[in-house]
Amino acid sequence: MSRIRVSALTLALLLATLPITAQSGNEIHFCLRSEPKTFNPLKVDDDASLAVRYLTGGVLVRVNRKSQTVEGELADSWKLSKDARQITLKLRRNVRFSDGTPFSAEDVAFTVQRLMDPELHSPTGDAFRSGPGQVVTKIISPAEISITFPAPVIGLDRLLDQVALMSAHSPKKEMAVLGPFMVADYKAGASLHMVRNPNYWKHDAQGHSLPYLDGIVLDIQSNRDVELLRFQRGELDLINSLDSEYYEKLASASPGVVHDAGPSLDSEQMWFNEVAKAPIADYKKAWFRSTTFRMAISEAINREDLCRIVFRGHARPAIGAISPANRFWFNSKLSATPYNPDAALKLLSSAGFYMDHGVLRDAQGRAVEFSIITNSGSRSRERMIVLMQQDLQRIGIKVSVATLDFPALIERITQTFDYDAALLGLTNTDLDPDGQMNVWLSSAENHQWNPQQKTPETAWEGEIDELMHAQASNPDNAKRKKSFDRVQEIVLQQNPFLYLITKNALSAVSTRVRGADPVAVNPQTYWNIEFWTVQK
Amino acid sequence: MKLLRNAAWVCLAVVVIASAAAPWLAPAGYAMQSRDSFAAPPSHEHWLGTDDLGRDRFARLIYGTRISLLLAPAAALLSTLLAVLVGGLAGYMGGFWEKAAVGINDLFLSLPWLFLLITVRAMLPLDASPLTSVALTFLVLGLLGWTSAARVLCASAKTLRSSDFLRQARAAGLPASRLFWVHVVPNLRPVLAAQFWISIPVFILSEANLSILGLGVPEPMPSWGSLLRELEGLVSFREEPWKFVPLIVLVAVVTSFQLILSDREQVVA
Amino acid sequence: MTRKVFHHAVSLLVVLVLGGFLAATMVRLAPGHNVDEELLDARLSSASRQAILQARHGDQSALQFYLHWARNLLHGDLGTSQSLGQPVAQLIRDRAPVTARVVCLGLLMGWSAAIALVLFAAATRRRVGDVAGIAVSGALLSLPAAVLALLSVIWNLAGSLAIGLVVLPRVHRYSWNLLQSAYARPHIITARAKGLSASRIFLFHVIPVVGPQLLALAGISVSLAVGAAIPVEALCGIAGIGQLAWQAALSRDLPLIVHLTTMVALVTVTANSLADLAAGREAAA
Repeated sequence: MSRIRVSALTLALLLATLPITAQSGNEIHFCLRSEPKTFNPLKVDDDASLAVRYLTGGVLVRVNRKSQTVEGELADSWKLSKDARQITLKLRRNVRFSDGTPFSAEDVAFTVQRLMDPELHSPTGDAFRSGPGQVVTKIISPAEISITFPAPVIGLDRLLDQVALMSAHSPKKEMAVLGPFMVADYKAGASLHMVRNPNYWKHDAQGHSLPYLDGIVLDIQSNRDVELLRFQRGELDLINSLDSEYYEKLASASPGVVHDAGPSLDSEQMWFNEVAKAPIADYKKAWFRSTTFRMAISEAINREDLCRIVFRGHARPAIGAISPANRFWFNSKLSATPYNPDAALKLLSSAGFYMDHGVLRDAQGRAVEFSIITNSGSRSRERMIVLMQQDLQRIGIKVSVATLDFPALIERITQTFDYDAALLGLTNTDLDPDGQMNVWLSSAENHQWNPQQKTPETAWEGEIDELMHAQASNPDNAKRKKSFDRVQEIVLQQNPFLYLITKNALSAVSTRVRGADPVAVNPQTYWNIEFWTVQK
Repeated sequence: MKLLRNAAWVCLAVVVIASAAAPWLAPAGYAMQSRDSFAAPPSHEHWLGTDDLGRDRFARLIYGTRISLLLAPAAALLSTLLAVLVGGLAGYMGGFWEKAAVGINDLFLSLPWLFLLITVRAMLPLDASPLTSVALTFLVLGLLGWTSAARVLCASAKTLRSSDFLRQARAAGLPASRLFWVHVVPNLRPVLAAQFWISIPVFILSEANLSILGLGVPEPMPSWGSLLRELEGLVSFREEPWKFVPLIVLVAVVTSFQLILSDREQVVA
Repeated sequence: MTRKVFHHAVSLLVVLVLGGFLAATMVRLAPGHNVDEELLDARLSSASRQAILQARHGDQSALQFYLHWARNLLHGDLGTSQSLGQPVAQLIRDRAPVTARVVCLGLLMGWSAAIALVLFAAATRRRVGDVAGIAVSGALLSLPAAVLALLSVIWNLAGSLAIGLVVLPRVHRYSWNLLQSAYARPHIITARAKGLSASRIFLFHVIPVVGPQLLALAGISVSLAVGAAIPVEALCGIAGIGQLAWQAALSRDLPLIVHLTTMVALVTVTANSLADLAAGREAAA
């Protein structure tokens, strides 16, 4: 061959590979806030393990974090039965696990049986456990399977977003994955290195295999100051969940790296202890169980100030358990309780309270005082309580602040019930409110203000029980929404939870990353990581 | 040297007077939130700016001085006394007592006291008065902070045990308690002074760290420890130097303590 | 000497046994020992909750747990971490070298800087040296551990700097006070009057006087450094024993806490025993 032909051929080859080279990129680097507790995707319950599952797990369907709609992944198509007990899925063909093991309906059956094993005690599995009985899997063909549950499972297809499929045959067990990346190296307590899954089934529109990235390095770093410092130094490519004070710091130096995707699904709320057997004074129980008292406290708290001062404007007053970011389920007819200390005092006086030289007293003359507990280590919660302390002082209420370490706090709110009021946050991973059954049912353990009631102690809690059961047994989403809209209405009226703020979804992404499109639903940044590239 | 000691006295006096005069110097108080000027730089109204909740940092500094300056030295004194009693006495007595004290000391150094502190918090009512919480915190710090010094004191006292002057005093028939308190303890002064001086800032910081367990100074009361925790958030000296004033004040106070406590004679190699 | 070593070995054993038992007792008495963060997950069924609570040894007393733990330990079984779900032996094996490196470097830095400050103060022969030392030590004692850890990260010194900065002021202050006191002794004044050189006075007349105390200080500084490693590693994200201890404490991981307490006791007692033995030999010499 002549030199010119060789050069032309070389150039052609080079040009042919260029797009792939440009899209393949190299690695990105970010942090996990804690050590993953497990690599078994069925037992995931902590944020770090959830991140690993999202990056490595292949699922049948995926809730698109941007559009919030359910899309097929390893399932080409699926059909839900009218009674919401059965789902029949047609699977993609010619898919292999990361170690080359072929994927088929047998793996789906294996995963489901493992998931529903009662000895597993998996929160993911429990989400499917709508009634007693066995789950039956029927392999129709290597690419088709039906799964039948003993009772209706509302939002069955959406729940499959959390089920990463495991291989029935691979010797690598849970380390054989179907997702875009696979774990290559894990240094306990230090870092996790993932590399691209060479057998990942997804391709881009041009037919190139995904992901474009070669790998991901995840450092385990709990200190947010250090994480921010490393991001500023260029050692990290993203901070998935950025605190508002750090947002301001980064925005002033490099505005292009920070993203505010609007309201997230997360909220901060306070509740009073309404447990009858709680070891607190009876007069306090009487205060806390009074709807008027709770409503007055809610009106006396300046939510706008909480958003403006604690979250630097990157939050909005919360209305209820469902954030406006949850487009379908949010009740848009409701609005946040406005700050109105005069109205609060009026309400309190209607309940027999009165002001005495700047101190609010109940009808028996007792000064109104209570304590609020929250977990230590959360600067935003500590600041929120101090602001609320001053708000309530304006209406004569003395509030003490007690920050406790998390296990001590959990023991008080779930076992001893030795507290007056608590402030915590709600992190929603599931858009569907059916996942909150254990919060709203009066008999449930997570009915935080008064759990495990034998029968509903108030009429409104009885109504919520009925509404939640109704939405859990009705596959028609429009009717379900009507029921849950009413639940949100009741909660706003009765204030078992005083919803304070809905945080915005803040993140930071390095300018060298291409393809990132931060959204409000977790994972905020890397939800579409298989399409990312990195500018060298 | 005299000049330095006088400067130290002046520094301490200024700090003490400022904290005593807090209601006049900062009439708005330490809890007042200026919600429209939070995280503000120094101004005519707020000499050291405001913190993240709009509270005057100068007011919080001088009110915080009252708690830290009173209780931290008291806790330091307690830990020093315990170190003398456990380490110094054991080293002086020797034999079984020395071995027992050393063993107890090693045990104390190894145990996870975090859980004791968590239990103390659990036993306190959630609405315990700020004074109770603060006093208890410093008491616990004093009761647990003697271990390092006790070891060194034990070694020092052991060395003194076989010294000539002590043998003479013993031979002269002096009672053991007098021997210890009048002849041994004064010779342990270098270690005692170091222990006392080190403990003050350590306890001030520890009080702030104990807030993660619900102990320490409860909000909205200020303390030096809580003011120093502001420095944890990637604060730049160039951009926000006023945030370092509590640190400078603490260092000045601690240095003043040491200058006042240090030996009269400066002897160098 | 053999007798001394034997006594120290017995003391070590007693401290290890007592330390482990007391640690187990303290954890069991502390609130939150039998709960798990998982209990706040609204998806969990009642049966799963019960299983979680059962797994936290809620029904065992501290003594029962400790005897069970000790029996397993004698068989070489260190058990599994409740919070991390990994074998404790593997966790310790992976992390101990990291902490050893960080602590040793930190001690080296701390002692070197402390000695440098002491020598500077001695060399200047003026109060300014002492005041400089006091100011530096005071400033370092006044800085929160989180700030020291951040400095460590900023200067890429992986936690060792933070530990060094924790050890430095304590070592400096004790050693400077000890040296000053030694130099004030009559025999030193006599030696100087007789014209002995500074180095000779220091090596042959001062060091023998303060040696035992400095050795005791060396032993203590090891405990200080190991103690400081806990917040420093947690803050800097260093995968060492300190970070593990912090995680174990926050999640009330009883088996891990008892093992780590025993380890810390071992290191503490060994360091202090070696210091005592060295001091004893020096005194004998």
